[in-house]
Amino acid sequence: MTAVIEVSGLTKRYGGQAAVDGISFHVDQGEIFGILGPNGAGKTTAVECLEGLRRRDGGEVRILGLDPKTDVHRLYQRIGVQLQESQLQDKLKVREALELYASFYPDPADWRELLERWGLAAKAGTRFGKLSGGQKQRLFIALALVGNPEVVFLDELTAGLDPGARRATWDLISKVRAGGVTVVLVSHFMDEVEELCDRVAILERGRIAALDTPAGLVDSAGGEYRMRFRPMAPLDEQSLGVLPGVTTVSRRGEQVTVTGTGDFPAAVTAELARRQVLAADLRIEGRSLDSAYVALTGRSMDT
Amino acid sequence: MTGFGRLAFVESKLFLREKAALLGVFGLPVALVIGFGLIPGFGDPQKGLSNQIGTEYIASVSVAIVLATLGLTGVPMVIGQYRERGVLRRLGVTPVRPLTLLAADVTVWAASAIISAALVVAVARVAYHVPAPHATGWFIVSVVLGIASLLAVGLLSAAVSSTARGAAGIGWLLFFPNMFLAGVYLPSEEMSSTMRQIGNFTPLGSALHAVRDSWMGIDPRPEYLGIMAAWALVAGALAARFFRWDKA
Repeated sequence: MTAVIEVSGLTKRYGGQAAVDGISFHVDQGEIFGILGPNGAGKTTAVECLEGLRRRDGGEVRILGLDPKTDVHRLYQRIGVQLQESQLQDKLKVREALELYASFYPDPADWRELLERWGLAAKAGTRFGKLSGGQKQRLFIALALVGNPEVVFLDELTAGLDPGARRATWDLISKVRAGGVTVVLVSHFMDEVEELCDRVAILERGRIAALDTPAGLVDSAGGEYRMRFRPMAPLDEQSLGVLPGVTTVSRRGEQVTVTGTGDFPAAVTAELARRQVLAADLRIEGRSLDSAYVALTGRSMDT
Repeated sequence: MTGFGRLAFVESKLFLREKAALLGVFGLPVALVIGFGLIPGFGDPQKGLSNQIGTEYIASVSVAIVLATLGLTGVPMVIGQYRERGVLRRLGVTPVRPLTLLAADVTVWAASAIISAALVVAVARVAYHVPAPHATGWFIVSVVLGIASLLAVGLLSAAVSSTARGAAGIGWLLFFPNMFLAGVYLPSEEMSSTMRQIGNFTPLGSALHAVRDSWMGIDPRPEYLGIMAAWALVAGALAARFFRWDKA
């Protein structure tokens, strides 16, 4: 694996306040790298320093071996960017936008094919101002890809998309990566990052709070999770409390809830089997990036 | 085609899709020439207009109105919006620079002003037999300098404001006093000498004088051309110095 993005000690200050405070990471070729964090954590600022839209105050950045501070023009021929909150001219048609942007690059993708792939073929003759939020978003992703980039930066990829379109977008991004393109994904959606990313950096107050694979983050966060079931035969649930990894057992009506760490559900189900108690409505909750995020940063995403 | 060529092509298409802009730049000046030309006796030299033929005077005023409309209302509005909506920003992450879009737009606007001026000359001639400007060379120089100075002032308005509304606001704030002082509403012949003096120093005022003079076959006074060139250079340089590519 060769690193296509290398960042060390990246710092960006606004009036003495560090919005990005000495972050370091690298992204390998063909990876989908996620940058996750709440609003105001410095995600967009950090990525904009990588894209050459903002000048960093400290640290080193190399993308495809190029420094965005000094070599931004060569860089723009090789990267694609989807920006948060940018618009096009209202009366520009979808087809014209793709054709125009394709003409800027030395070796562009076939924009007609992008039109098809991103479900915009029926809207080719529609003006930008008449597109729905989701259509605009898909157009911007297509525009980020129209130059046949080696690295693509996507800032809030699925903002404004409905659940079906989000799934479809994730599939398409996986295909983009399968084509060898490196993807940097800025997001504040856990499910998106968990679904798509090979590795994730969690940014908090301008620093990297954690960096690992989504599964690694969940593991290292440790933390308790919950198992719920409805026993089909009489059960002294307190007897489950002595099993390894179990911390609490409680019962509400017919439903038993067991919390614990590690591989306690296996111990619980083995014990139930030994007592010949069938468990109905068995559910295991909380082993998600969501809870890992709370455990690692000490707060939930929405705050 | 280069990025500039592509952008100029696309921006001219977008310009042609703006019905209000088309009406202002091509429809209004033609309507003014035709409308005023219907007034009986307007085809004769007018005493109050330094003996200029009425229709010829209105044709000159129409050219000035186009310059002011484009430069002071069109330019700040469009550029302010392109900045606020992130059009410039999006272009900034491609191999083409956002400056290329501004250059393409300035080219489209300048070309439409020239076409509009030519249209005014043609309509006045066909409808009312107004002779084409006698000092043709000076007429072209005057129109080109007028375009340069008013577009530069428009660019400066867009440069110093942080929002699209602010840019459009500054433009409109400049529009009416400029139109008045330049002698669009009231011929400069009827102004007090102080007002006429002030008017001469505005880009639109010197443009209208230079256009009227060259139409009558008089070499425009060098100070008119100098004032327009100075506005173009100073406002253009300040716009370049203070231009913000991104919203605040």
